[in-house]
Amino acid sequence: MSSVGSAPPAAPPRAPAPARPDAPRARPRPLRLGRGDRLFLTVIVGIPLLALLVFVWLPALASIGLSFTSWDGIEPSDIRWVGLDNYLEIFTNYPPFWPAVQHNVVWLLFTALLPTPFGIFLAYQLDRKIRFTRFYQTAIFLPMVLSLAVVGFIWEIIYNPDNGLLNGVLNGAAPGHHIDWLGDPDLNLWAVLIASAWRHTGYIMILYLAGLKGFDPALKEAASLDGANGRQTFLRVVFPALKPVNIIILVVTVMESLRAFDIVYVLGGGVGSKPGMELLSLLITDNIIGESSHIGYGSALAVVLLIVSLLAIGTFLAQTFRKEDQ
Amino acid sequence: MTMQSRILSPVTDPSRRTVVRGTLGVGAAALAAPLLTACGGGPSADPKTVTFGSNGADATPKSAYAAVTSAFTKDSGLKVKTNTVDHDTFQKSISTYLQGTPDDVFTWFAGYRMQYFAKKGLARPLDDVWDTIGSGFSDAAKQLSKGEDGKYYFVPLYNYPWAVFYRKSVFKERGYEPPRTWSEFTALAKQMKKDGLSPIASGYGGGDSWSILGAFDYLNLRANGYDFHMSLMRGEVSWTDRRTSRTLDLWRELSPYYQQGAGGRSWQDAAQSLLDKKSGMAVIGLFLGQQITDEKLRADIDFFAFPEIDAAHGQDTVEAPTDGFMLSRKPKNEKGAARLLEFLGSAQAENLYMGADPSNVAVHSAADTGSYNALQKKSAELIASAKHITQFGDRDSDPGFVSTVVLPGLAQWLGHPDDGSALLKKIESQRSRFFTA
Repeated sequence: MSSVGSAPPAAPPRAPAPARPDAPRARPRPLRLGRGDRLFLTVIVGIPLLALLVFVWLPALASIGLSFTSWDGIEPSDIRWVGLDNYLEIFTNYPPFWPAVQHNVVWLLFTALLPTPFGIFLAYQLDRKIRFTRFYQTAIFLPMVLSLAVVGFIWEIIYNPDNGLLNGVLNGAAPGHHIDWLGDPDLNLWAVLIASAWRHTGYIMILYLAGLKGFDPALKEAASLDGANGRQTFLRVVFPALKPVNIIILVVTVMESLRAFDIVYVLGGGVGSKPGMELLSLLITDNIIGESSHIGYGSALAVVLLIVSLLAIGTFLAQTFRKEDQ
Repeated sequence: MTMQSRILSPVTDPSRRTVVRGTLGVGAAALAAPLLTACGGGPSADPKTVTFGSNGADATPKSAYAAVTSAFTKDSGLKVKTNTVDHDTFQKSISTYLQGTPDDVFTWFAGYRMQYFAKKGLARPLDDVWDTIGSGFSDAAKQLSKGEDGKYYFVPLYNYPWAVFYRKSVFKERGYEPPRTWSEFTALAKQMKKDGLSPIASGYGGGDSWSILGAFDYLNLRANGYDFHMSLMRGEVSWTDRRTSRTLDLWRELSPYYQQGAGGRSWQDAAQSLLDKKSGMAVIGLFLGQQITDEKLRADIDFFAFPEIDAAHGQDTVEAPTDGFMLSRKPKNEKGAARLLEFLGSAQAENLYMGADPSNVAVHSAADTGSYNALQKKSAELIASAKHITQFGDRDSDPGFVSTVVLPGLAQWLGHPDDGSALLKKIESQRSRFFTA
């Protein structure tokens, strides 16, 4: 409806638009902004800029600087320059580092391949106005609304080795099975990933559902008139047409995977990285927060994560804009 | 991080605690520093008020500290403003906290952990306070309260021993005898397994991995002696030393007798399995008593000292972590803080504290031991008879080293205890990063 209605009026505004840039050129250059305006502009641009510098760039640059030093975080005079030592140590002689990198990759792949498509699938199904759709929406989105404490609590109950739901069910089916879901280093990452997927699916579903609500049903009608089946309609018509939403979902998925921290921290007992559940973000806090902090070492780890994030985001942005230019 | 000193009110559902604790931890990661600083910094120095930073957030220690501070107020006319922070949050942010505007007096632990902050200049020496309170403490307690520079930095309040706990009725029913040597110990564990018990209750899941250090410390102390253990903890000898490998070998011998699924269980659940007679023994501290909800049960709990492994060292060392107080580097009310510390170092304060929290043993020699229960009496005897007293793995060592290198390594190894040399190599490779000075 809306896009059909908006198509005709889209043309007229285009005509006067080029006229505007011409207008100032024709005039002599008067002071277009009064002093008040300029002050206003300075304030309105300057304050966010200052905030950005102070709260984002300064700490980022300070982290990069500190990553070349060794410091216990107490007396600034104790900061010692060590060059690339921290990085060398991390890459060659820090047992949890490579497992952490591996787990971050696993996290990204898992999230991108299972809960994200599943969330899209659910959204697509719920958009078909099936019965009780609002109930389903609420139920699936609920985990996202819950606070982290509650999510951790719920999964703690499910995974408890002695009286947890999961072992209870398994014991009913096959007695004698005693699986240590969160304690076994070969298993706990997957257990946490499932808990995380439980939250993530609802989030993706809501995002995609919002996109689908704004989708022009006429396109779907046209597709079905052309003889496309449900799958073809989705893959060839709906999915490509929802590109902005797809981009948001991709960004959300990548960001959530890289910053994965909270649920691992909670299910790991809130003490930092646990065997089998190491993640870069946890290693950073391991080294920076605590009684004897290694600010330089932790900063170097943070810089590694920063670079990985920038690479992921940069690649993605470059890809998107290249396609847009074509 | 370290909770061997946690004072827990009796709680029936430990898993819930673990979650909440974890959540607070997340908050700690982001908020601890500003939060603590904000609470600590009073607007201006009030000569009538002393600020007190407490990690006793659970109900039992909270009421015990309240009893102590209100008695002090009555005694001195000085008000105590207590700033209570969750135990883990407190420990995690201690470094930031002490650099900001900390409370005048704060709770802390004896050992390397105290000396570390003394060395960094984040605590103020207490020699004047000790001139007043010194006569009430044994030489061992005095030694525990000194920094590396020989000055006093710490006022002890209580300690509690680690040992092997069991239920008397289980031992009586099955005819078990408390073992004294390693071979008796392993034979008993074997027998328990045959009898369908989990021989050694074990839970080091979630944030409780510190609890395995008790077994590690004792194995190393019994096999290699106090001096080696302390050098190892202080980063002075290599972790790949033959003697450390022997400790792991002994541990591997014991591991088949550990309760299954330990990596996902809390220490409270493990303790509960001992109380429920599902496990036979538990290597744990006296704070096990906080898990008892039915007072009748308390009389059925007993312990024996960790068995002898090498006759040369016998059972001469007892692990007995000591908790107490320190003075921040720039107290706003120095005189008042000194008076508070003098009070905290008195027998009266210890009696008040122990009245509310009976699962510890007083350190002050004049403290009233008449109201001790049997476990407390036996604990006090055990500690008094020891030739050496150790604090705990992460108190005798650099806490960062223990929490980020040793603990994850040991916990992972304990899941699949094989040849420990790879693990020891890993730990050794990190040692120099923590012990450079």
